[in-house]
Amino acid sequence: MTNQEIFDTLKATYGGAIGSFHEQGGSAYMKRTSSYADIVEYSQIAQICQYLRDEPTLEFDNLNCLSCDDNGDKTLSVIYHMESLKFKHHFAFKVTVPIDHPVVPTVTRVWASANWHEREGWDMIGIQFHGHPDLRRILLDDDWEGHPLRKDYKEPEFYRGMKVGY
Amino acid sequence: MGILNKQDDPFGSGNIIITGVDTLLNWSRLSSLWMMGFGLACCAIEMMAASASHYDIGRFGVIPRPSPRQSDMMLISGTVTLKMATRTKILYEQMPDPKYIISMGSCSNCGGPYWEHGYHVLKGVDRIIPVDVYVPGCPPRPEALLEGLMKLQDKVRRQSIARTAV
Ligand code: SF4
Repeated sequence: MTNQEIFDTLKATYGGAIGSFHEQGGSAYMKRTSSYADIVEYSQIAQICQYLRDEPTLEFDNLNCLSCDDNGDKTLSVIYHMESLKFKHHFAFKVTVPIDHPVVPTVTRVWASANWHEREGWDMIGIQFHGHPDLRRILLDDDWEGHPLRKDYKEPEFYRGMKVGY
Repeated sequence: MGILNKQDDPFGSGNIIITGVDTLLNWSRLSSLWMMGFGLACCAIEMMAASASHYDIGRFGVIPRPSPRQSDMMLISGTVTLKMATRTKILYEQMPDPKYIISMGSCSNCGGPYWEHGYHVLKGVDRIIPVDVYVPGCPPRPEALLEGLMKLQDKVRRQSIARTAV
């Protein structure tokens, strides 16, 4: 299936929860792997992912990547890239949440591989994945303060008595 | 000072070698600088290249040890993140005296490429532990590392167990 067809299938099933489709230009590879859909209703992420995985014509059985982003306009994004090993098609979608209430449902029950990706999203950007079984920091130490990939992040002067600046 | 076997005495007449305590101690220390076997980042790859057969760091008596309790020398091979810095300090404290540190690469010398935006990087391992030899480079070639090792050996050769007047 092409990305447009996948998007149409999704839109037919979920209607208003799905926003617009962004086709990326460039090579066929870019088109296939980087085109993405917006998801408006982010509370439905888990159901939508479940559908994408279980629908016999789609079968997205592999979550390639789950990444997070600070858009700089008081919103944060989570981007899901997935692929079907059987049909060899790709799809991606993006949800955007306000920075003062960054809560997104977890997809660990759909793809177990989302577990560490979501922990990284929490660690770096500070998205709270609701329902995640073990939402701890994954890279930084447990006593670290703040989420360093946010645009408004200020690096601390000292960490455990060690000077951080140059 | 040692007593040689009479039968295969290479010196013909006498069977005693006379040396200084300092010379003997320094010679044995500098010829068996067992190394704490751990790598921190990309520099560790060059350290591994230096340990492999082509550069053969073993001919200097450097044997990687899996425990700080058995090591004489610690090679800081790479980026010291703040999280790792706390661990590195503990490892250093666990090493028995005499202990030496070689700081390998720009990262552990001064923060390297992370000097400005590395919120998680310690800008120089000498902020937490005393360094004997700095090896510049990003990464230093194995030859540079061997040069640094020979510098450390020179330093050990000039040591004395006698207390010097201040
Ligand atoms: S000095 Fe360069 S090669 Fe060495 S750890 Fe740092 S970035 Fe990597």
